[in-house]
Amino acid sequence: MKAEFGVRCSGAEPLIYELSKPGRTATTLPALDVPEAELPPPSLLREPDRLDLPEVSELDLVRHYVRLSQLNWAIDIGFYPLGSCTMKYNPKVNEAAARLPGFAYTHPYQDVHTVQGNLMVMHVLQEMLREIGGFAAVTLQPSAGAHGELTGVLMMRAYHLDRGENQRTRIIVPDSAHGTNPATTAMVGLEVVEVPSDERGNIDLEALRAVCDDSVCGLMLTNPNTLGLFEERLAEVMELIHGCGGLVYGDGANFNALMGIARPGELGFDVMHFNLHKTFSTPHGGGGPGAGAVGAVEKLAPFLPGPIVYLSRCEEVGCPRAADPEEAEEEATFFHLVTPLKSIGRVKAFYGNFAILLRAYTYMRMLGAEGLRRVSEMAVLNANYLKSQVRDILPISHDRTHMHEFVAKGIIPEAPDVRALDIAKRLIDYGFHPPTNYFPLIVPEALMIEPTETESKETLDAFAAALRSIREEALTDPAVLHEAPHTAPVRRLDEVRAARQPVLRWQP
Amino acid sequence: MSYLPHTDADRAAMLAAIGVDRVEDLFHDVPAACRFPALDLPPPASEMEVLDELLSMSEENLDVQHYPCFLGAGAYHHYVPRVVDHLISRSEFYTAYTPYQPEISQGTLQSIFEYQSMICALTGMEVANASHYDGATATAEAVNMAVNVARGRRRRVILSPAVHPEYRAVVRTYTQGMNLEIVGDEDLTADLKDLLAWLDERTACLIVQSPNFFGQIEDLEGLADRVHAVGAMLVVVTYPISLGLLRPPGEYGADIVVGEGQSLGNGLNFGGPYLGFFACREKDVRKMAGRLVGQTVDAEGKRGFVLTLATREQHIRREKATSNICTNQALCALAAAIYLAALGKTGLRKLAELCYHKAHYAAARIDALEGYQLVGDRPFFNEFVVRCPAPVPAINDYLLDEWGIIGGYDLGKDYPHLQDHMLLCVTEVIRREEIEALADGLQEAAQAVRQN
Amino acid sequence: MKTDPSCRYSTEHEWLRVEGEEGVIGITDYAQDQLSDVVYVELPEVGETFQRGQVFATVESVKAASDVYMPVSGRILEINEALEDSPEWVNQDPYGKAWFVRIAILDPSEVDDLMDAPAYEAFIEGLH
Repeated sequence: MKAEFGVRCSGAEPLIYELSKPGRTATTLPALDVPEAELPPPSLLREPDRLDLPEVSELDLVRHYVRLSQLNWAIDIGFYPLGSCTMKYNPKVNEAAARLPGFAYTHPYQDVHTVQGNLMVMHVLQEMLREIGGFAAVTLQPSAGAHGELTGVLMMRAYHLDRGENQRTRIIVPDSAHGTNPATTAMVGLEVVEVPSDERGNIDLEALRAVCDDSVCGLMLTNPNTLGLFEERLAEVMELIHGCGGLVYGDGANFNALMGIARPGELGFDVMHFNLHKTFSTPHGGGGPGAGAVGAVEKLAPFLPGPIVYLSRCEEVGCPRAADPEEAEEEATFFHLVTPLKSIGRVKAFYGNFAILLRAYTYMRMLGAEGLRRVSEMAVLNANYLKSQVRDILPISHDRTHMHEFVAKGIIPEAPDVRALDIAKRLIDYGFHPPTNYFPLIVPEALMIEPTETESKETLDAFAAALRSIREEALTDPAVLHEAPHTAPVRRLDEVRAARQPVLRWQP
Repeated sequence: MSYLPHTDADRAAMLAAIGVDRVEDLFHDVPAACRFPALDLPPPASEMEVLDELLSMSEENLDVQHYPCFLGAGAYHHYVPRVVDHLISRSEFYTAYTPYQPEISQGTLQSIFEYQSMICALTGMEVANASHYDGATATAEAVNMAVNVARGRRRRVILSPAVHPEYRAVVRTYTQGMNLEIVGDEDLTADLKDLLAWLDERTACLIVQSPNFFGQIEDLEGLADRVHAVGAMLVVVTYPISLGLLRPPGEYGADIVVGEGQSLGNGLNFGGPYLGFFACREKDVRKMAGRLVGQTVDAEGKRGFVLTLATREQHIRREKATSNICTNQALCALAAAIYLAALGKTGLRKLAELCYHKAHYAAARIDALEGYQLVGDRPFFNEFVVRCPAPVPAINDYLLDEWGIIGGYDLGKDYPHLQDHMLLCVTEVIRREEIEALADGLQEAAQAVRQN
Repeated sequence: MKTDPSCRYSTEHEWLRVEGEEGVIGITDYAQDQLSDVVYVELPEVGETFQRGQVFATVESVKAASDVYMPVSGRILEINEALEDSPEWVNQDPYGKAWFVRIAILDPSEVDDLMDAPAYEAFIEGLH
């Protein structure tokens, strides 16, 4: 079973600039219906010919981008078990919801009275995330997971400063963490203290105990962690950190394992980001946009970035525009935007990636509490089932009950020259997107596999069969792995050349 | 409905293969006291019902398709050609992840490379990254980069008060732990001349916006020389549509050019998702945060594209990375590239001129009204400031209630010295009749508010 | 792995060639081999002073960035700017064209703490 990649395997679509011909255009503009004004002095103007934008017809434009699209792998084409990325199906109704004109054509600075529908969606979403996370309050402003981390760590810092504990400058990060955790810590001007993992894949409690003192601002913890494992001694971890006055940040990248299974707020997390583009089915878009809502417990809620949507009764807030009594009746409740008392400030312009929030809202409304729990259960079932099928093909790192993902090692003892990278690239020829490789850093030759709940048993079986077949090839014909992929639009690319002599734009 | 394919038989077979009896048994590591909480969420509904619910909520809003809107202030209503949404709705683009496996991501990679090229052309710069979250965070990342280029030895950042107030706020949020001195905008009336007085050897960068928050085109001539003379960097925040007409910041010697790219083919969407574009000089590229796509060749010598210079990034350099950013706004950047290619060289120029002429017509009409006055002596692009004879909220209420018009931005909220000043924006979507209606409405509003 | 008998070596795989009161520093053949294809070298500024063990440069491959430490305390007198355009020299000629910096040695006694070539070879042997 060899996959035919897309409909065009020849690759090599010209750059749009190479399709350009002066005089062509793919757009029509309305005629000027007012008198012309005098232009600014020429010194302020661009020389008309100096603007290197392509000139193409609409058909050229469409064909170019359709052909480019055909050079991509995507969830809608096939299995995409990229660990830590939660490449689940993106429901099509979400797209329709986000494009409803009444939402899409609203300006962020419209008077709040004219966007009550938007604010209601945001408020209900805040409340749903609050409930599922076990938090006191939620902000929808951050644009991505890393942006949520920045938000959360700034809040932790601000919390300690507010209490006069200026000496709390250290953030503890397990060695299995995403690179964003230490990078975020550094951005906030705090110091990273790395602690190792133990042989069961948990954070090493003794090492943790040794660094817990009153210089600790907090711990950043991904749970389940990047090995796909639930911290077995989570309560003790929480006790240690809270016991020394620190706070615990939850990296919610792996929340797809926990919906309706446990509430992070109840597990002891003080602040956490949700990746709406992972857990709540909003599309990844080839790298974004996403959304990274942040939830916080009571004591941290005042530090959340604003504005946040609040629901008030008019008698409390006055509802200034409802002068006429009939209108006042209608507006008995009213959504408005409030910045929390001790807010760290805003982390982006406006209120968040609203069109992404709409998609997450749609997903949560369709699934409800039971459906969301079912999602997490099936995500965990799929991961453990796939692991049971892979176990005799490749070694599994930390083989105990996994949550939504597991890490295999791309090591075949009988074929020592074959590396995880070769296995990953060969999977492309079998019609699968490779797992995440070389992460987490603590597992040699890591292949991190996250099937997600939307994949069927048949797909998982086919993937395991492909791995088995690749293992056979490794023993009989390793060259076919080293040179893979063979069926993709391009062969392996020269990354050294790209980095040594960077060509970062088209030049005439 | 959870988009799940599992039949009862599948589940039974899978549990047997794992060797457990029930799905619940897979969660034994979760503390029992917290396991399987009852969640109080709205009951699930069918696709049809949820869409109905959303439709009725969307109809609670007044939208700019039905109400002519003169708001700009960082989010712009431009017409988005249908071809843009059609192409970005292709599954192969929007259901792909970050292009980590270049062999099967050439579509995303090449489209980003083309986007980078177009942003360079537009801004007059040498390198552009794959994008940041929005204009505000791109500005904050520019500060971060300038401090890094100076190897942390320069800690002063001069911020023009005419930079978007929310961008200035985000710069402060991002840098609150970095021990920087942010100056320049505590005097909200400061002009470029005043800002230059802050320049010294401790300065990492000067940040100006042009057209600025008030729509005015700043005089950037010679500014870069002054900034470079003390070894600092010039950061220019800009509005990309204006660059169809105006000389780009790169030609004035800017070191970093950032801005909000929403106006390039992305809808208003109540403030997001938007697109932070970010461009710099080649010599500084290794201090720039964010994904970058470069051209290379494959094993057979064929041209291809990869993510490159990744050693700047968090997944490799961890606490020493230039930023924690991982994602870019790929789909928004794709929309921008398609939009720019659709307009092309002459289309963007024509569009910019349309916005310019319409805004100037509107400004002249309003300036001629009794009680209203156009403020500012700099040339402007498509936004302008008007002093009003009454508080802006009262005028806007009147415009909306009586004329069905969404009025301008109340500058008094952010600039106390600009009470009763309104910032108005006109783009190509506004028709002449709507400008006439705005002028008539403003005139009437002045009388009505005076009578009350 | 090649070594150069005219150099002294640190356990972090830097070499130092003493020339009077000055020294020239680079990374060893073993280090470049571990890094694979070097794509960029970030060097300090002339005039900066670093203590022994401090990071003064970074060397990058496609997938890794590695710190380079001062084998002895010193003030930077000269940097090898040509490495910016020719990072591949680090792989091709680590003890020659790919020197990183020339320094003024601040404490000559620190040189004695470094290994000579045979000792360094034995040290590398011990790593495997």
